[in-house]
Amino acid sequence: MFTQMLRIREFEERVKRTFTEHPGVIRGHTHLADGVEASIVGSLAAIRAGDQLMATYRCHGYPLALGTDPNAMMAEIYGRTTGLCGGYGGSMHLADPDRGFVGTSGIVGQSIPQATGVAYAAQIRGDGQVVLCFFGDGASKQGAFHESLNIASLWRLPIVYILENNNYNAVTRTEQEDANAAAGEPLSTKATAYSMPGVTVDGCDPLAVHDAVATAVARARAGEGPTLVESKVYRFSAHGNIIAPPGVPLHFPEHEAIEVFGAVEEYEAAKRGDPIPRFRGVLVTEGVLTSAEADELAASAADEMAAAVRFGLESPLPAPEAALAFAEA
Amino acid sequence: MSRELTYIAAIAEAVNDEMTRDETVLYFGQNIATTENDPFLAAFGSDRVRVTPISETAEIGIGVGAAMAGYRPVVELYMAEFMLVAMDQVVNEAPRMHTMSGGRVKVPLVLKAGYGFTAGWAGQHTGSIYGMFLGVPGLKVVLPATPADAKGLLTTAIRDDNPVLYLQHYLLTLETGDVPEGEYAVPFGVAAVSRPGSDVTIVATGWTVHRALAAAARLADEGISAEVIDPRTVNPLDRDTILSSVAKTGRLVLVDQATRHSSVAAVIASEVSEYGFEYLRAPIKHVTALDTTIAYSQPMEAYVVPDEDKIVGAVRQVLALEVAT
Repeated sequence: MFTQMLRIREFEERVKRTFTEHPGVIRGHTHLADGVEASIVGSLAAIRAGDQLMATYRCHGYPLALGTDPNAMMAEIYGRTTGLCGGYGGSMHLADPDRGFVGTSGIVGQSIPQATGVAYAAQIRGDGQVVLCFFGDGASKQGAFHESLNIASLWRLPIVYILENNNYNAVTRTEQEDANAAAGEPLSTKATAYSMPGVTVDGCDPLAVHDAVATAVARARAGEGPTLVESKVYRFSAHGNIIAPPGVPLHFPEHEAIEVFGAVEEYEAAKRGDPIPRFRGVLVTEGVLTSAEADELAASAADEMAAAVRFGLESPLPAPEAALAFAEA
Repeated sequence: MSRELTYIAAIAEAVNDEMTRDETVLYFGQNIATTENDPFLAAFGSDRVRVTPISETAEIGIGVGAAMAGYRPVVELYMAEFMLVAMDQVVNEAPRMHTMSGGRVKVPLVLKAGYGFTAGWAGQHTGSIYGMFLGVPGLKVVLPATPADAKGLLTTAIRDDNPVLYLQHYLLTLETGDVPEGEYAVPFGVAAVSRPGSDVTIVATGWTVHRALAAAARLADEGISAEVIDPRTVNPLDRDTILSSVAKTGRLVLVDQATRHSSVAAVIASEVSEYGFEYLRAPIKHVTALDTTIAYSQPMEAYVVPDEDKIVGAVRQVLALEVAT
C-alpha cells in the first residue's frame, strides 16, 4: 500500500510540474489526487481481481494502484497516440476496463448511476463481483446520487459507495452546500435515508480505510447490499488548474483554503497530517520497513514517474483525422 | 459613452446593473458568492445572491419556481453541459408553463452558461449544444459574440418574460471591445451585420463570428467581398437580415461550432432554402464541427472545429459554383 501511495503522489506531482516545466503540453482541466492516496489505496486493497470500479474526473490514482502502465497514463494526459485512451480522453477520462476500471464521468455525480448499473450487471452475472463507486462530497448533492442509492439498497446490489469528502466542491466549502455538514453531522448520515450502513472513516489512514471498505465489500459480496463509506480526505492541490482560454498559460493556483478563504492554518494542518509521511512513520515504527527501505521505495517511484514523463513527451501526437475514428462503435 | 471591457466583465456589468435597477432580479448558482468579498453578495445580500450545491435539477427547478412566484432569477450554470443534468426543467418545464396556464403564469428566467470550450476540455465540456434547445418553443437562445452584445443581450434576457438560455462563449472570455456605459439593451431577433460585403454571405455565431471576420479579411486581399452576419439570438432568429444579404450576394456559407445536424446552420439553411431559394446562385455550404465527440488531443480537436482556413475554402467553393439556370 505504501508503495502505491508513493507512486500516486509522485505521478500527481509530475503532472503538476508539467505545467511549469513543459508549458502547453497539458490542455484543458486537470484534477489531482495528491493527499488522497491513502483513501484510494486503502479502498483498492479491499477488492480482488475481477471486481470493478468507476470514478470521477479526479481519476489518476485508481488505475495506477490497479497496475495500469504510468507511461500510458502520462501519455494520455499529454494527448499522445500512445496514451491509455489514444489521446481522446485526456486527464479527466481515463479508463482501463481490462483491469476493472470501467471509466469516469467529467460531469459531477453522473458516474454514480453508471457504477450502480455495473453492479446490477454483476448481480445478474452472479460471479460474486463487487463494484466500488468513487465520488466527491459535491456529487452527493446530485439527484443521481440519491436515486442510485435508493435503487442499490432496494435491489441489494453489490456496490460500495465511497464518498471522498475533501471539504470543497471546487471553491465552495462543504458546510456552505451540504445540509449534514451545516448541521455538524457526517455526510455518511445520508445512508440512513436509504436503509443502508453509513460509516465515516479517516481517509488519511490507509488501514482504517481498508478496514471500512473491506467490511462493506464483504457485505456486498454476501448479497446484503450496498454501504456508503465517507472517507475524510484533504486534497493538497487546488480543485484544478486555472480555467483560461487558449493563449493564457495554465498553472495550478493555491488551494482554495488559501486562495479563496484565507484559511492558511487549515491548509497547513492538513499538510502536517499528510498521509504519506504518516503511514511511513507507522511502518517504520512497527518495523515493517526501515527508513532506508522507505527511501528506496520513494526513489524507485520517482524514477518510474520520471520515465513516464519522458515517455509522454517523446510520444507522437495523433494524426488530426484520427478525430473521427471512434465516433461510433 | 463607451469604454473597453472584456467579454466577461461586460457580462458581470449587465448582471450588476439589472440587479441594481430591479430588486426582483436574483443571482444564484454553483461556486459564486462563497465569501463575503464576493462583489454581488456584498452589493445585494444573501437573499438575492446565493451559492448552490452541485444540484442542477434543483437549481434550475428553484429558478423556475422563483420566476413563477414573481422574481427574475439568473441561474449561474458555468458549463452548458451541466444543464443536461436538468433537461426536464430546461425543456419540459420552464418553457411550457406560460402556454399550459393559458398565459396566467410567466417564467422570466435566465439560464446562464458557458459553451464551446475547445481548449483541451475533451468530450464532456466542449459542446456547442444549443442545437438541442432550438426546437423548444418558449425557450429563447442567445449567443453573444462581442463584449457589447454580451452586456446588451444579457440585459434584455433578464428583462424578458420568458426563459432565456444565455450562452457565453468560453473562448471569448478575455476578448475586449467597446461596451456602452449605463443602461444598454440589445433587442432579441435582430442580427448584426458584422462586416458588410457583396460577393458572399457568411453567417456565424459566437466565437466563429471572429473566425469568419478573419476569413473575410483574408478574402478581401483576394478581391472577394464577404458579408459577415451574426444572428446574435438564434431563437428568435432574424431571418430577414440573412435573406436580404443573400438577395444581394446570391451565395451563403454557414459557419457553426456545433455538429452539423445539431447546428443553427441547419436551421438557417432550411429557412433560406424555403424563403430565399430564388436568390441563391450556388448551393449553400456548411462549415460546422464534424459529427463526433471532441477529442482531448489538440490536433484531433482542431480537425473537427471550424477555422479560418475551412471558411476561406468554403467561400472559394461557393464562388466557383454557379447554379445552372
